Amino acid sequence: MEKVIDMKDENDAINPQRRAFLGVAAGVTAAVTVAPGVLLHTVDAAPRAEPVTSDVRWGLLIDTAKCVDGCSACVDACHHENGLNLQTMPAEQAVKKWETQKPAWVRKVKLQDNQTGRMTTLPLMCQHCDDPPCVDVCPTGASFKRADGIVMVDRHLCIGCRYCMMACPYKARSFIHSDVHGQLTSVPRGKGCVESCNLCVQRRDFGQESTACVDACAAEGHHAIVFGDLKDPDSTICKLLNEMPSRQLREDLVLNTGVRYSGV
Amino acid sequence: MAKSVLTVGLVALGLVWALAQTAQADDMKRYVVAGSQAAKLESCVEPTELMRRQHMEFIKHQRIATVHEGIRIEKYSLSGCVDCHISYNAEQIPQPINQADQFCGACHAFAAVNLNCFDCHAAVPNGTPLNAAAMAAHDAAGVAAQVQSSRDGKGH
Amino acid sequence: MKRIVYREWRIPPTQFWSTLGILAAMVGMATLAFGYMEHTGHWVSGMNNSVVWGTPHVFAVFLIIAASGALNIASISTVFHKPMYKPLGRLSGLLAAAMLMGGLLVLVMDLGRPERLIVAMTNYNFSSIFAWNIFLYTGFLIIVIAYLWTMADRQGAAFNRPVGLIAFLWRLALTTGTGSIFGFLVARQAYDAAILAPFFVVISFAYGLAVFMLVLMYAFDEDNRPIGEKIMRRLKNLLGLFVAGGLYFTLIYHLTNLYGAKNDGFELWLLTNGGMHTFMFWVGSVLIGGLLPLGIIYHPELSKERNWIMTACGLVIIGGLATMSVVIIGSQAYPIQMFPGQTILESGFFDGVNGAAAPYHPTIPELLLGLGGVAVSLIITVVGVRVLQFLPESLADDVVALDEELLREEAFAKPA
Repeated sequence: MEKVIDMKDENDAINPQRRAFLGVAAGVTAAVTVAPGVLLHTVDAAPRAEPVTSDVRWGLLIDTAKCVDGCSACVDACHHENGLNLQTMPAEQAVKKWETQKPAWVRKVKLQDNQTGRMTTLPLMCQHCDDPPCVDVCPTGASFKRADGIVMVDRHLCIGCRYCMMACPYKARSFIHSDVHGQLTSVPRGKGCVESCNLCVQRRDFGQESTACVDACAAEGHHAIVFGDLKDPDSTICKLLNEMPSRQLREDLVLNTGVRYSGV
Repeated sequence: MAKSVLTVGLVALGLVWALAQTAQADDMKRYVVAGSQAAKLESCVEPTELMRRQHMEFIKHQRIATVHEGIRIEKYSLSGCVDCHISYNAEQIPQPINQADQFCGACHAFAAVNLNCFDCHAAVPNGTPLNAAAMAAHDAAGVAAQVQSSRDGKGH
Repeated sequence: MKRIVYREWRIPPTQFWSTLGILAAMVGMATLAFGYMEHTGHWVSGMNNSVVWGTPHVFAVFLIIAASGALNIASISTVFHKPMYKPLGRLSGLLAAAMLMGGLLVLVMDLGRPERLIVAMTNYNFSSIFAWNIFLYTGFLIIVIAYLWTMADRQGAAFNRPVGLIAFLWRLALTTGTGSIFGFLVARQAYDAAILAPFFVVISFAYGLAVFMLVLMYAFDEDNRPIGEKIMRRLKNLLGLFVAGGLYFTLIYHLTNLYGAKNDGFELWLLTNGGMHTFMFWVGSVLIGGLLPLGIIYHPELSKERNWIMTACGLVIIGGLATMSVVIIGSQAYPIQMFPGQTILESGFFDGVNGAAAPYHPTIPELLLGLGGVAVSLIITVVGVRVLQFLPESLADDVVALDEELLREEAFAKPA
């Protein structure tokens, strides 16, 4: 616990400088390299002023052929972007048990075909269904689908009943089992609510091009995940979906997922 | 005789106590913390009197627009409150705004109103700010990456 | 036939207060457990991201369906015109309200944000069966209280039958709703079966009656009030019928699953290979909750002894909790089949690596919380029967109404 506080202080100490800097640099729009191999795009960084509409539908295409076994760049990037790494294991908890209780918005899964022995590895996250079971079952309406197709949790309404976790066919949601300290301004999260991948909604509303996992995968040179608008025929994701065979997970449930997989 | 002295004494004590309470209350009314950005401004995004009574309504209205419709430009944003009202100690460390001697914490303690925004929301500006211009500037300089790296001590 | 007189429960004050003290201690421990789990977070419980509902929910769902089952006794007399059951109606209503309160309390105390209960009361999503259940539960409480009034007050007597009919239909809806919480989930193989709704209705009859009989026999024994053979035989046979009905639905549920190849994996796991869950199913649910009580109830000698009947009721309750744990915990522990025909070799989130079930180890706070719900139900019942006239003075054979079955026999016996 003490360690967490120390780290927080160290982190907080940076803020004044950053804030001073912001005053000078405000308004600059650019695309620059912030770390070796990481390219941040800020094309149109205007915050959203109009309500999101159903003219767009955000989605992901995952090419399992390009996904590399043993790589967890997307998972790490997600933890980083959304501050999941700020939630540390309670001191008295057993590591093995915490593994079953810690948050996970995206995880890597490795499969083998029973008949052919073919191996596949892929990232698995909220599939952003068009007809999401989690939204159907939520008693308070905290679990909802935004007009642009993002399925997310309104943490102000979530009472922590976890019925959505029972209903999700992808086991995409996790419950915050312990206190969270030092949250990011952009991703508020706290004990007792359910959460899941929201396609980096904070990036969406500020007009950024992609998600943390996509950037991280690209930075590793794998380019296994593509993000884009499923309703725009000229988008990269639509063109790729046109070219290559892809499928939804558990398509028998006819949920019309926003995340598609090829090669699985 | 002794009885009347006691009575006068008690009344005097009561008066002093009441006075002290009033003085303390007067003191406590000035919650805007010196050194914060807000201290330099005439008023908040609305007149002070309105903000005192209605801020929770403003924030609540904004939260629905932001969470459900993705609107991020409304003026009543909680991160805006934090950005403007945050103060720093001698070591330039920002003080969590819900702390008992800080803007939100002090007033809520005085009014005895439970404050649970910061169960989930960051009580100090943390990470990439939710402001377009600042965000762009951030990205330009890679500050966001630095802040993140220093937090978990790994440095991706 | 004598007039039925209702009297307060007249056990010695020391016994009353010590009973209350023990129950209050259980509630106190549950309150501590609740405070502990909510203050530290759910990581101190055995529940995790795979098994999201655990021991508290086993108790809560058991109490809720037993509540609707307990009301059945009153319905039998009011709706189905069996005057023999009439003296039991008040206790039946009281138990129904008490167990519903206990069950709901456990459910609420386990929420991640219980202080936001007001949100659940003010924001409804009507596509959620859970939201509907909030209405079903509160409505049930109101209707049961009205029902009790019609049973106990002279002015209310006129409304007894209509209110009783509404209560009967409402309790059917309530149990169907509770079963549908699970039955409507397409995500998990063990759920996604409409049969769960009628299954819940039938087991609710059994659990409610078992609790009712235990409470009735205990209360009468302590106060030296007589229960006649006639009514005992009727209640006992009814319990046997409901327990057998529950077993039948269990059989149909598993046969349906076994028929389709896609559920072979789940059935194989639950029936043969699921460790604790397999044990809970065969020993807890089928043997303790089904076959043993049936054996006692229909045994020519044992079925005549009160202690054995009480044992049978106890077994039905224990078996009921085991059934709930199979339905709630076992069904979640079996991994979701996201990739049919493939084996998961590695996963960062317990997706059933090599078919392994998700871990769940119940903890003491969870158990205390669940038992606290039971204690709350019993406190309401004990205080209720102590201060108000819920229990009839006597259920001796000469007091209860004539057994209409015997009437019929006599009618047949007449020479044509």
